[in-house]
Amino acid sequence: MPSNYAIEARGLSKHFGELKAVSGLDLKVPRGQIYGFLGPNGSGKSTTIRMLCGLLTPTEGTATVLDTEIPADARILKPKIGYMTQRFSLFGDLTVFENLQFISEIYSYPAADRARRIDELLGKYDLEAQRKQLAGTMSGGQRQRLALACAVLHHPDLLLLDEPTSAVDPQSRRDFWENLFRLASDGTTILVSTHYMDEAERCHRLAILDHGLKVADGTPRELQAATGMHIVEVVAGDPYAAQAAIHDLEPVASVTQLGVRLRVLIPERFEDPIALVERALADQGLAATVRLNDASLEDVFVAVTMEPEDKA
Amino acid sequence: MKSLSRLFAIIKKEVRQLRRDRLTFGMIVGLPVVQMLLFGYAINTDVRNLKTAVSNLADTHLSREFVAQLGQTQVVDIIDFVATPEKLEEALRRGRVSIGVVIPSDFDRRMNDPKRPAVQLLVDGSDPTILGVANQLRVMPLTFAAGQPFATTTQEIEVRPYYNPERRTPVNIIPGLMGVILTMTMILFTAVAIVRERERGNLELLINTPVSSAELMIGKIVPYIIIGMLQLALILGVGRLLFDVPVRGSVIELYLAASAFVAANLALGLLISTAARTQFQAFQMMVFILLPSILLSGFMFPFDGMPEAAQYLGEILPNTHFIRLTRGIMLREASLGELLPDLYYLLGFALVAMTLAAKRFARRLD
Repeated sequence: MPSNYAIEARGLSKHFGELKAVSGLDLKVPRGQIYGFLGPNGSGKSTTIRMLCGLLTPTEGTATVLDTEIPADARILKPKIGYMTQRFSLFGDLTVFENLQFISEIYSYPAADRARRIDELLGKYDLEAQRKQLAGTMSGGQRQRLALACAVLHHPDLLLLDEPTSAVDPQSRRDFWENLFRLASDGTTILVSTHYMDEAERCHRLAILDHGLKVADGTPRELQAATGMHIVEVVAGDPYAAQAAIHDLEPVASVTQLGVRLRVLIPERFEDPIALVERALADQGLAATVRLNDASLEDVFVAVTMEPEDKA
Repeated sequence: MKSLSRLFAIIKKEVRQLRRDRLTFGMIVGLPVVQMLLFGYAINTDVRNLKTAVSNLADTHLSREFVAQLGQTQVVDIIDFVATPEKLEEALRRGRVSIGVVIPSDFDRRMNDPKRPAVQLLVDGSDPTILGVANQLRVMPLTFAAGQPFATTTQEIEVRPYYNPERRTPVNIIPGLMGVILTMTMILFTAVAIVRERERGNLELLINTPVSSAELMIGKIVPYIIIGMLQLALILGVGRLLFDVPVRGSVIELYLAASAFVAANLALGLLISTAARTQFQAFQMMVFILLPSILLSGFMFPFDGMPEAAQYLGEILPNTHFIRLTRGIMLREASLGELLPDLYYLLGFALVAMTLAAKRFARRLD
């Protein structure tokens, strides 16, 4: 019986010698959703994705991807998944059309439908004008659209996207996400890694990775509701001085400056955080307005990726 | 069926990429032609016109005639006359001349005395080829206008050079050079083939598709087999046109032998490709194979004259066996049936290297 989950990982670990790239990762990705991996560079996002598509053998743990056991049956899985590498991995010395044609042949797409499918993709991903252009001479946004078109050509059930938008401009990123939502609404499960907060916010669900550990997962809303932190916003005339005044207070977990505003994270077990901050500012003779705010995903990220001693 | 169409997809892709790669394309044609011109014209073991100085202490009519005849052999080119043998030694040491001829003052008398050598040659022995040529001069038949026969050396062994009666070096060099050129180009092209895709990131995409290792390997090799055949035609054509190198045996059999050899080299190149992490490493490994293929294969030095250990090493190299095949077919008019062991070795080598390459090429990144 097919599982409700496209991906189920149990205690997945990957060690490269001394380096523990991923440690004991449990993961459940529901079918038909966009699932995000949020984390800084080196947090284990790429390594996890590579394990899930059978490119890397897990040191420990197992995973079931589209009802296929990984890595034992990785070969069966290949035709059912689409993978977009972090780096552009299509052939720079082939044209857009030739790249698509090659992919269609490699995946044994029915020969009679190939031309129609390639035309359809060229239209959908706005590459019609580049049909005869060498892929190596295209812009970042165009390459990314070609890579996505190649990854979905064979109608995969699961798309694994490794930081697909790291090399493209904001407009291309917006368009790219439009495409992802369209694919998801057609029933494709999408696992996408990113280090952009706005992108993470658009996912149905997401997991936050840090140093190879999953530190939080859930829907963006759930995560925002469960930071365990008071979010105190300070608007000060001299934000730099205000930051200095607040930063070393015992309960304060983190201070982030956003223009003239400061976002101060204080664990929930401390009561009356506003009074605490106001008192510290007054001691230094600094004028500021202080109020409580809802957690943004960025606050969540800061809260869960803090060094353990900061959280105490 | 699916496998076959995937194979064709890879071949088509390789050919398309090759067509756009001007440097590689140029090397396919340029490398053989340049190498042939270099080796064909520059390497000549039949040495002539060695620079020579003469110290004629006799200075008689007879001795002057001897010097004139020496010059007519064209083996030596007399560029200087010096007063004393010491001056000859100095000229040798400075490298101005390769041979010094000392004609003693009692030359005329010595000429009539078969027990005593009439002339002394001082030879620059630092180059064994020159020494060999100087040895030829010892048996130079000299007849003097005076009618006196030279102290005759009776030749007890007659040498008849079979297969290359004019002793032209290109005839010997080009069949061997064919192997060297094919080794160089075939290994070079395939050695970088997988590594380049790894460096460009293409490999991560490819191993995530249904393509199998064998399909990838064979698909990469096939276009180069055809290129190898074209190069062979080019070498044979240029060899015929410029150096009049014959193909006495069957051209078809020559091509069969070459196919086995090309396959062996391509498989070896792929094996390198799976071991190297960067194109530069692949290139270094290629040189590591190329040098022994030139030095130990019998191309430069006669195989039987090499130390035993070097012969064992040489036997491993595909080029050694191919050179035996080409020299046999092209020059000795041998048939492939008479040279089967060498053909079998090449086929076996290709099979083993190919299997190893496909095994070593993991469809994973770790």
